[in-house]
Amino acid sequence: MSEYIIKNGHVFDPVQGIKGDKKDIAIKDGKIADKVSSAAKVIDAAGKTVMAGAVEIHAHIAGPKVNLGRIYRPEDKLFSCTPTKGMERMGGGASIPTTFKTGYEYAKMGYTTAMEAAMPPLFSRHVHEEIRDTPIIDEAAFPVFGNNWFVLEYLKNQEIENTAAYCAWLLKATKGYAIKVVNPGGTEAWGWGLNCLTVNDPVPYFDITPAEIIRGLIEANEYLGLPHSMHIHPNNLGNPGCYETTLDTLKLAEGYKAKNKFGREQVLHLTHTQFHSYGGTNWGDFESKAKEVTDYVNANKNITIDTGNVTLDETTTMTADGPFEHHLTGLNHLKWANVDVELETAAGVVPYIYSPNISVCAIQWAIGLEIPLLMKDPMRCYITTDHPNAGPFTRYPRVIKWLMSAKARETQINAFKHKDKVLSQTAIGTMDREISLYELAQMTRAGPAKSLGLSGMCGGLAPGMDADVAVYNFNPEKPVANPDDIEKAFSRCAAVFKSGVQVVSNGDIVSNGNKRTLWVNVKVKDNPQVTRDIKEKFIKYYSMTQNNYEALGHHFIPNPYALEVDAT
Amino acid sequence: METVTITLKNAPALYLEADTISPDAFAGKTAAKIAELPVFEGNVPSTLGKYFEVSGDAGATAADTKIIVKGDVKKVKYIGFKMTAGELVIEKTADQYVGAWMKGGKILARGDVGAFAATAMKGGELVVEGNAGNYLGAAYRGDWRGMSGGKILVKGNAGSDIGMYMLGGEIVVNGNADVHVMTHAEGGKTIIKGNAASKLGGQMVDGTIIIFGSIEVMMPGFKPNGEVELEVDGTKAKFAHFIGDMGERHKKKKGVVVYGNLYKKI
Ligand SMILES: [Zn+2]
Repeated sequence: MSEYIIKNGHVFDPVQGIKGDKKDIAIKDGKIADKVSSAAKVIDAAGKTVMAGAVEIHAHIAGPKVNLGRIYRPEDKLFSCTPTKGMERMGGGASIPTTFKTGYEYAKMGYTTAMEAAMPPLFSRHVHEEIRDTPIIDEAAFPVFGNNWFVLEYLKNQEIENTAAYCAWLLKATKGYAIKVVNPGGTEAWGWGLNCLTVNDPVPYFDITPAEIIRGLIEANEYLGLPHSMHIHPNNLGNPGCYETTLDTLKLAEGYKAKNKFGREQVLHLTHTQFHSYGGTNWGDFESKAKEVTDYVNANKNITIDTGNVTLDETTTMTADGPFEHHLTGLNHLKWANVDVELETAAGVVPYIYSPNISVCAIQWAIGLEIPLLMKDPMRCYITTDHPNAGPFTRYPRVIKWLMSAKARETQINAFKHKDKVLSQTAIGTMDREISLYELAQMTRAGPAKSLGLSGMCGGLAPGMDADVAVYNFNPEKPVANPDDIEKAFSRCAAVFKSGVQVVSNGDIVSNGNKRTLWVNVKVKDNPQVTRDIKEKFIKYYSMTQNNYEALGHHFIPNPYALEVDAT
Repeated sequence: METVTITLKNAPALYLEADTISPDAFAGKTAAKIAELPVFEGNVPSTLGKYFEVSGDAGATAADTKIIVKGDVKKVKYIGFKMTAGELVIEKTADQYVGAWMKGGKILARGDVGAFAATAMKGGELVVEGNAGNYLGAAYRGDWRGMSGGKILVKGNAGSDIGMYMLGGEIVVNGNADVHVMTHAEGGKTIIKGNAASKLGGQMVDGTIIIFGSIEVMMPGFKPNGEVELEVDGTKAKFAHFIGDMGERHKKKKGVVVYGNLYKKI
């Protein structure tokens, strides 16, 4: 494999504590190396910023729900198609890009690893086919567990060992990565036309509460010692006053400690925190509770979060929180699609326009930025847009601009139609913190990699780690003349390496790399009861056989990378 | 105003996507520069000059530019795409998307126009002397934002699904219209001087449909609401008034529920 040396760049690497020093980064055999031979190809990074490849911890980029969005929103591709160019195949879509465009866009912004945040287990084969067709970036998918009949039945009887054995089986069957929970119990309740809006609302028929599901899955996660923690989209998303449900959810993690060999420290990851930090009793007195939520997270080290920044775009919301999407279509009257996934989950899709002229949208924008600005430890707070729910991931450079420049935030605040409302219902106008490049590397590289249990592999530039490297046309020694220059610099990398292969040069794709599918292979003790239960459910309830369920083989996962866990 | 005449000399084998035939794209360019404007034949990038003879230079702005399109352009799409000002005359029948997303200026089509003419039109004027195809003044596939302003006059007949998701502006069809008129509309007005087929105003939230001729099948979601005397396009007559679509949600204006209106000449 070729050798490279990236010379004289300003390196930001939280893994080694490097804060902008001029350093050379050597690449050999796909890994970061101490040194390379004189034959190494030189990349001149003088006056540029060098970081590890960024790690996406939560996005909806592959699978049936994403594809449903693509199918029923042809207008999303209108005027957003790019023809074939060099290495690049044609692509299209603004909020729900095609698989090819997804891979290219992430790579051009310096992202080299991404997590698909909600895989319906029954459709894991579809998820993996799309992951396979997304070039360059390493990907993994989180199967959803929070409304799964097996889980509800085992946890009703507090059978942690059986829950864990089932989770281990499902991760293997679907080639999944982590335990994802979406509106625990609420999506199942939706089957009865109901919902769970607090952690104590009982789930119909199963007679279990969201609190019991959440605690049980944290325990199962730590029983197994998975690389990532239980990853949760709590109950009551997006409603005024929902922050109380969020705090109730976070408190369920009290007393639990992470048990794993991957260096992960949290037991609960709270996703798209913006959607869960709302106060008020209606859309009129709607206000930010970012401080209350981040105060709690700051004080409790066993929690990590991501932001879910609203980018003020027209986008497509999609979630396994079926009842929420029904609620949303009632608010905006735009088209709605809903899917039930047999024993496991559901999904809904509704287009949404976050208009700067609507006060609620402007307040959501502010809350999304308050959260990272209030977080004391950037290693525990990661930038996301919950793509495409709060905005497309292609807007990360703009979110970075807002975080790195108080002036850019001020410009946006002044452009809002209801500026006064934004200032009275949030604290964004009082915040002057500007995220540094080092903190940005924590929030987009080292932090998410650690939370995912990948800190030995990616998110840093220490010798031995995967050679995922991004070089930005951004000179940290020069004052920023115009905040838009930040957005421009982070939109298109000067160079990107993925596992030692140069995939981007001057903003253009130059290789499709060697994309991998990450998954977690857990060995557990033989559990005849769970094996029998699985067999029985397929015979009695599932519309397909177990043999047609599992995602196996080269067709679905051509280049797998398994993280081995021994829980026997 | 400067006039640029483009005449088809080499007919494309595949459909030609010529979204650069507009006063906005031509403005400030010489005939030679206009010939270099990009087009697609199928999926192959090409130039306007490969297919058209270009004569005359454009004006400095779109408003100062008039384009005359000559020759058989029935395989040319997107003429007048996104135009904001100026004039465009199409001498013969053109294919789909004539005047799509247009915001201003005037298009005169002397022949027929294909489907999706004036898609999501925001302003300006489209006059079709022949017939219009399906989805005239409608929203783009999947979109809920149809024609919101401007005026369309079709002297012949119109196809199906005209004014789908219409929000504003006016469509006048002197002849007949096929099924589906102003489906899902939330505003605007469609006048059909001839006959209409069926499914008029399905899921209509707001807006107005006026029919001078017959309606083959009336929508069950429309309710009789008496008779009114109206003056439409200079003609005074008595119309039966219907409101609907009763199966759809409706907004309130000053406490009063607003329905879609359908008037049929008695
Ligand atoms: Zn999500």
